[in-house]
Amino acid sequence: MSTTTRTLVVVTAGLSQPSSTRLLADRLAAASADALLEAGQETRVEVVELREHAHAIMDAMLTGFASGDLAEVLEKVTGADGLILVSPLFTTTYSGLFKSFVDIVDPDSLSGMPVLLGATGGTQRHSLALDYSMRPLLTYLRTQVVPTAVFAATDDWASQDEALQRRVARAGRELAEAVAARPAPRGSDDPFGDTPDFADLLGGA
Amino acid sequence: MQFGIFSVSDVTTDPTTGRTPDDTERVRSMMTIAQHADAAGLDVFATGEHHNPPFVASSPTTLLGYLAGVTRNITLSTATTLITTNDPVRLAEEYAMLQVVSGGRMDLMMGRGNTGPVYPWFGQDIRNGIPLAVENYALLRRLWTEDVVDWEGRFRTPLQGFTSTPRPLDGVPPFVWHGSIRSPEIAEQAAYYGDGFLHNNIFWPMHHTKQMVRFYRQRYEHHGHGRADQAIVGLGGQVFVRKNSQDAVREFRPYFDVAPVYGHGPSLEDFSAQTPLTVGSPQQVIDRYGAFVDDVGYYQRQMFLIDHAGLPLKTVLEQIDLLAEEIVPELRRIVEAKRPADDVPLNPPTHAERVAAARAASAAGATHVGDGFDDVTGTRAEEVAR
Repeated sequence: MSTTTRTLVVVTAGLSQPSSTRLLADRLAAASADALLEAGQETRVEVVELREHAHAIMDAMLTGFASGDLAEVLEKVTGADGLILVSPLFTTTYSGLFKSFVDIVDPDSLSGMPVLLGATGGTQRHSLALDYSMRPLLTYLRTQVVPTAVFAATDDWASQDEALQRRVARAGRELAEAVAARPAPRGSDDPFGDTPDFADLLGGA
Repeated sequence: MQFGIFSVSDVTTDPTTGRTPDDTERVRSMMTIAQHADAAGLDVFATGEHHNPPFVASSPTTLLGYLAGVTRNITLSTATTLITTNDPVRLAEEYAMLQVVSGGRMDLMMGRGNTGPVYPWFGQDIRNGIPLAVENYALLRRLWTEDVVDWEGRFRTPLQGFTSTPRPLDGVPPFVWHGSIRSPEIAEQAAYYGDGFLHNNIFWPMHHTKQMVRFYRQRYEHHGHGRADQAIVGLGGQVFVRKNSQDAVREFRPYFDVAPVYGHGPSLEDFSAQTPLTVGSPQQVIDRYGAFVDDVGYYQRQMFLIDHAGLPLKTVLEQIDLLAEEIVPELRRIVEAKRPADDVPLNPPTHAERVAAARAASAAGATHVGDGFDDVTGTRAEEVAR
């Protein structure tokens, strides 16, 4: 049986170095890739650190176009088989950098995309932000957000039980199932391939 | 290749002096700029159309009609004429009048307009942008090519037995361009009718421009107007020039840094690398713009934005002189040497050429393309109407 290589793109909005947001993102990516491998699918993981593109994201907001590396990042994200999106929670919700990045993504380009959400925060009091703010954002973009979203508070990184790791594994399995169930994306080099013939435009006018 | 300037007509405070012209002064500066461009020998002056401050160009044919009387050679055009929110009947009348008044020394460019509130102010909905552009332009063409029009559509009161006057000069409507930055549907529209397509790439990276122009060219050929390399293409551009490139950068940077649209964003250096903005010496402009034909194929019109962001009139007039004297002659020599074949049009069609083509086609009994009139091979309006 031939296996297709699937691409998971991890977008992490952590700011510090090292970043617990990145730590969570890597765990989610590893769990997803493991689960995909069990299902017989090789996986390539690409990580995007939004901090590296922070200025370019704001420039794109101001000029209306993404340039250079950021344009490549956007192509990677929209062309992925699945996305893992992880943001720190700032002042009750995802970070401004994370939202700014989402704002410059073509809103129609993520339809049907399997998405796994993660967030980090100081205490578990903020964990529901994943479901009341981050999930609706991705639902609006008509992505397929998997049921388990993973929140990691500072305490989770020193916890005796393996609750965080269990959640990570479950979320990874859910994303893997969603990715495996999707056909591999058909590559198209023609950006205007969907443009209707003018006779159809005239007819519909 | 034609070289011209286009104005967005913005009233912007000069950031180096804090001085802001009033609307009257800005309109008069546009009049002066166009006349200066004509005297300097540039090929085209085009005005934008806007219906909200800080822009003053709400009434293009008034401005262009005046300019037709006080200029000699320059082609008068628009960048763009709002095909979405203007009544196509008024457009047919106004631009046929301008065509007659200017003796055919004009063309125009259709655009949709991207200012949300302008649509409802004129009774339309921005979500209908493409359908409006399609329907309105189809009607506009009929009004120019058919003497008596019966028409019913989705967006406008029906017409029964309507005749738009004056009839186009010599029975041949003005040449039309379609401008679009993002929408392939508009490139498809231009290709379908065999009209020109201008990609105003001043805020866009060249790889995007390249894709749009290639798409238009392919569709132009598909719709039977000629080979892809014969399609009529225009590009936007933006330059600030001084003899010495450091002087250009030093003088333009304060305008760039706070300019409408891109100010407070990327640095002058980054934006120059990513878009056609070139701030430097005449030779730098020649080198950069002389290479665009390698990206999009030989094209017929290069427009420059030079009068925005609060630049004083005196500076703008100096820019026109630098363009006309130090840049265009050499740039034209370079790009025209890259024209791939003699049957690739050197320039966009003039009125006289369109009249000659129309007469030749009607003598040969050519059949029509599209919805009744072929802009390239042409047919006299009176004959279509019968």
